[in-house]
Order: sequence, then C-alpha cells, then structure tokens
Amino acid sequence: MNLRVLVLAGGLSHEREVSLKSGRRVFDALRTARIEVELRDADLTLLPVLADDPPDAVVIALHGATGEDGSLRGVLDLCRVPYVGGDARAARLAWDKPSAKAVLREHGIPTPDWVALPHDRFSELGAVAVLDRIVARLGTPLMVKPAQGGSGLGAAVVRDPDGLPAAMVGCFSYHPTALVEQFVAGTDVAVSVVDLGNGPQALPAVEIVPNSGVYDYAARYTAGLTTWHAPARLEPKVADRVAAIALDAHQALGLRDLSRVDLIVDGVGEPHVLEVTVAPGMTETSLLPLAVQAASLDLGEVFATLVARAAGRAR
Amino acid sequence: MTGSGTTLDDYTDRYAQRVRGMTASEIRALFAVASRPEVVSLAGGAPYVSALPLDAVGEMLGRLAIDHGATSLQYGIGQGTLALRERICEVMALSGIGGELGASPEDVVVTVGGQQAIDLLARLFLDPGDVVLAEGPTYVGALGAFQAAQARVVHVTMDDDGLVPEALEAAIAAVAAAGHRAKFLYTIPTYQNPTGVTLTEPRRERVLDICERAGLLVVEDDPYGQLGFEGEAPAPLRARRRDGVFYLSTFSKTFAPGFRVGWVLAPHAVREKLVIASEAQILCPSAFAQAAVTAYLSSMPWREQLKTYREIYRDRRDALLDALAAQMPEGTRWTRPGGGLFVWATLPGGLDAKAMVPRALGARVAYVPGTGFYANGAGTANLRLNFSFSAPDRIREGVRRLAGVVEQELAMRSVFGELPASASRDAPASLLDVAETGVPPTGSEEA
Repeated sequence: MNLRVLVLAGGLSHEREVSLKSGRRVFDALRTARIEVELRDADLTLLPVLADDPPDAVVIALHGATGEDGSLRGVLDLCRVPYVGGDARAARLAWDKPSAKAVLREHGIPTPDWVALPHDRFSELGAVAVLDRIVARLGTPLMVKPAQGGSGLGAAVVRDPDGLPAAMVGCFSYHPTALVEQFVAGTDVAVSVVDLGNGPQALPAVEIVPNSGVYDYAARYTAGLTTWHAPARLEPKVADRVAAIALDAHQALGLRDLSRVDLIVDGVGEPHVLEVTVAPGMTETSLLPLAVQAASLDLGEVFATLVARAAGRAR
Repeated sequence: MTGSGTTLDDYTDRYAQRVRGMTASEIRALFAVASRPEVVSLAGGAPYVSALPLDAVGEMLGRLAIDHGATSLQYGIGQGTLALRERICEVMALSGIGGELGASPEDVVVTVGGQQAIDLLARLFLDPGDVVLAEGPTYVGALGAFQAAQARVVHVTMDDDGLVPEALEAAIAAVAAAGHRAKFLYTIPTYQNPTGVTLTEPRRERVLDICERAGLLVVEDDPYGQLGFEGEAPAPLRARRRDGVFYLSTFSKTFAPGFRVGWVLAPHAVREKLVIASEAQILCPSAFAQAAVTAYLSSMPWREQLKTYREIYRDRRDALLDALAAQMPEGTRWTRPGGGLFVWATLPGGLDAKAMVPRALGARVAYVPGTGFYANGAGTANLRLNFSFSAPDRIREGVRRLAGVVEQELAMRSVFGELPASASRDAPASLLDVAETGVPPTGSEEA
C-alpha cells in the first residue's frame, strides 16, 4: 500500500524555526524511504486540506503548544486523521512539566524535587517571601524553566538566591507559570523511545556535553558547540537503568510511538527524569536522529514504520 | 561516534577567526513567527512593494527578457552599465547632488544593494583594529560589515537633531588620545535607521567641518532621503562637499529591494579600487536587475511612485505615532521622524526590550530590540518600530498589543524589583573598549 503522509511543521510557537527544520528533516527522511509526503504549516489552510484530501497519516513536527499540548491532536481526532505519537490526553499531560513530574513521582520514577507557581502568586503573596520559601525548601542551585515549552527557552540555572528574581522574570516572559526544581549535577543524557511494532524500545542514550557547560539555544542548534556521545559513556549497569527508567516514564505518561526522555545521571549513577517530549526535535543537531543512528537504524525507515502503524489505527 | 563523540561539525578547527560567534541565536530564531499573518510585525524594514503597479512592472520585466535578453541575461561589467549609472546621476541630482558638485557616471559603481557598497568601503579602508565612528544607534547591517572587517565601532551620541557635533569632536579626540586612528564616519544623516532622526541643516556643515579638520572621511548612507513626508529633506552631505565624502544609496526603498541594486559615488581614484574589489567579490552586478531598474527609471512614472510611497508611509507613520501616544504606558518615549521607515522608542522603568521579545511574540507583535543597533551592548531600553510594511489598522493593533506587553513587563518589574539588564551587564567601561563590534546583529533586514 502506498501511504500518503502529511508532515506538519512551523506553527506559531517560540520554536517555529526549530520546527521548520525538524519538519524538513522528517520530510526528507520519509521521501528517502519512498513515502509520498507533503510538508505544510498548521494554519488556516490545514483543515480544508484534511477534509478534501485526507492523508493516511500525519507526522507532527510542530514544537511548542500546538504540536505538543494535545490540542492539534484533538483536532486531528475530530477529523479522524491518524497521527504518529501519543494521543491528545497523553500529550497534554507530558507537555505540562509539573503535571508530568507528578505522574512520574506517583509511579516511583525519580525526578528532581520541584515547585510550580504562576506569576500571579508572586504578586499576591509577595515575591520576596515566596522566593525565600522556595530556596528554604529546595536549596540551591536551582533550575528555573517555563512550565511548558522546549529548546531550553526561558530556562536558567540559579546558583545564588540573588539571581532568582531575574531568572523568574526571564522565565515568565515565555510562560505564565514557572517550574523551579532542584538542580542535579551530573551527566545529561537523552533517551529516545520508539515503538516499531514490538512494544516501546529505548534507543541508545545520547550524552550531551556542551563546550560552554550550558546546553542553551546556541549549544543545541549550532554544530560544533556541543559534543554528543551516542551511545552515552555510561557503565553498562547504569545504561540499562537509564533505559529502563526512560521506558517507565514513556509508559507512565501513556505515550505512544515515540518520545524523548531527558535525564540527568547524578554522581552515584542514579538517573533523574527532567522532562519527556512528545514531539522530539529532528534537526541536524537533535538527539533522536543521533540515537537512531547509534542504533544502526535509518531515520526514514523508522518514520516509515511509525506512519504505517499510525495509518493502521485509522478511522 | 562512540569514544570521542561528535560535534556534528568536522570543520571546527579550520574556521577563520572571524567566524567565531556565528552561532544559532535564540532571539533571531524567535522572530521566525513574525512571518505568520497572526503576528503584527513592526520589525524588519520591508518597503510596501504591493504599492507598485505590479502588472506594468511585470510587463516591463517580460520585455527585458524578450527584447533584450541577449544583454540583460548576459554577464556585465564590474562597474555596472553606463545606462544605469547615467540614470543614477539623475536620481542623485534630484536629491541635490548637482551643479558644480554634481556626479559623473564615471564615478558611480553599481552594487548589490547598499549593503555591498558598505562592505566594499569597509574592505577598502579598514584594517583589523581600525576605528569607525558611527551614530549610536546605527544600521545593523553596517555593524555586521565593520565586524567582518574586524574593525571597531565607536558610537557618537545623537539627539533629535541628529549626530551631536560636540560628541563627534570628543569621540575623534578620545580615539586619537588612545593611540588609534578613526578611518571614517559612517552616517545616515536623513531619516536615519533605526531612529528616523534627520541631521539638521546647520549641523550638516558643522559635521563636515569637523571631519575635514580631523582628516576623517565621511561615508554617507542615504537610502531614505527621498522618502520625506514634510517637504524636502536637507541636501545630502555629498551635495556640499566632493572631497572626502563617499555617498551610497539604493533603489531598495524607492523602487523595490528584490532587485538588490544600489550604488556608491566615489572620487575617481577610489572608484577604480571599488570596481576591482567588487569584481573580486561578485564579478559584476546582475545585468537583469540593472536593466530592470534602468527601464523602470526610463519608461515608468517613478517620481509619481515615490510620491505614492511617501503618502502611504506618511499615513502609516501618523497611525503609529497616534497609537503610541494613545496607548503606550507613561514614561515611554519615541522619535517623530519626518520621513523614512522607522520610529525609535525608549521603554520606561528600566525595561529590557530584548528580554521582552518572547512576551511580545507570544502576544503576536514583533519589533527589533535596540541592542542590535549598537556595537557595545547599549540600547537595552530601546526598540525599533517599522511603519512602512503594515497597514494603519494593523499598526494600531500592533501598538495595542505592544502596550499590553509593556504593561505586563512593568507589573513584573514591580513584583520582582530592579533587575540587571541583559546586555548592559556586558557593557565595557571605556569609550575604546566600547568599540569592539562584539555584538552580533539581532534583527535581520536588507540594506
């Protein structure tokens, strides 16, 4: 059966540029795998296209709210168009970091201790008092990041409590709710989880070593500024544990087809889940494609399998 | 890929020094959404080319291929076609570069937009470490060209009357006292980018006198001089002095930027070197684009079109200024340009325009933060607002959104207190330290 696939990329989020690159990469990979594929933005033209000429499956390469918060997935469900990846409910859960962390904790999956607060609470209760409580409870250093969003946008490590107000304001520029969590020092790794028909499998962990020490936007998307090790340089026992925890996180959040689990492995080899992404980046410097390569798989074949599985769920 | 890992760039050790700092930019990436129709873009510097008689232009372009394809689709000469250079001299005469100080087609070099003209002058005159004086703030693309030449930029203060002559004198003296040599003053005296400010008539003479006394060349960039809304702009600096003044301009704003046709007017000796440098860079400017501009200037009512552009932009400027006055929080200040494409605004309460970008884009309004127009990290409180591209009702909506964003930022500041500004923390202390063109341009636009 010749599948017709629509890759959605772009969108209105802060990660539009990353999404356009991800979409193009997936588009090229599918075309290499001889799949009939179209690339388009999620805009006013989308629903008429889905109604008039529905594809067999959609790949959502949209990063940010539209692609990851479940809302577009809900619309695709309304249109009865199948898509690769977790359903609307699971996506919504994974997208909201505090909610996802709560579920992970319920499942006994280690994740750094955290507090999530909207900016309104700071104005109501007094910023100084609230920040003091946060520091008293979580200590320092801290990681401040928007409760929703990716690519490290609006995120900052705070080593000194004096730096916390600036980090909060920077974070609130991106999202009205901030997630403040204990900063765990260690090795940054990302585990991509894919289900090619035999249940979810963890691909080799990718270890991230930014030259500057900070995996910020430039380090993520400029070749040469970060060294990636795939597979990660972990003891076999630790690597197994990292893979098992990533799979647990994928399943605890009810995800499907593919996801990327970002973890930190602390000094004693214990992994902590930082966040789980339902629309992992697919750019030239993104982690999932590196993991696919490390697993001796082909990105086009992986996506060909995923779209075939999605199409099989159709209507 | 195991073992030493991969950086995904096998060329890391081979790049030239000047490539350092060419990295993915979060702020630049954020602007990707500005192309979506949901976002009111007050960023960019795009002229409203939809105001052109597109059918007639299309027919004209078709005829260029059909009737003159043998030349218009062929290579040309490095200096540019004589026919276009003659037309360019007529255009300059309209700006006041005429009579005794008029231009000869022999002294004109056609370039790929004004940007190539700036780059050529930088290549000709700047050695690494040389100093360029420029208005603070100045055109982001010029900073990029000077940075590529590994020169250093010292900004000269402006006020509502343009470059401040006393500040220019002080800057020249400070550079000399530090044992450096300023090679030229780069200035956009008329409807400046990014401020929209125009150097007043009396100051034009003073600035020229100061530069002459100091032996400082003047690079006069004049893309907007013919886009005045309130009568004639003061004559260009080049209309007052021939020696030591390089005049450059472009058809990007008066016709269309898609052709990428600009020019530089330079004394004979320099012109020869400009041609050689340009040939090394691009071989020759596009013959088709030159033919198109020549045909446009010869056969179409381009003066009427200029009038149309002026009227449209005047309405849009008025819409922007009125909306700013009606909507922006107290303490916000802005310039009131008599022409051009831009208004320069200053935020109240120590707000940081760059840090505010994500909130603004979230509210679906885009602007260019001020730091990109300085080489030294200044401009944190500033933003550049374009009024040429969006219709008046969109501009009003954009300002409504922007005002809401500024209100939210002010509220955030009142909750969390004074914060260090994102760029000013890196600002160096002395005038000459300031000179490093270390800050990559933030906005993207054409010359």
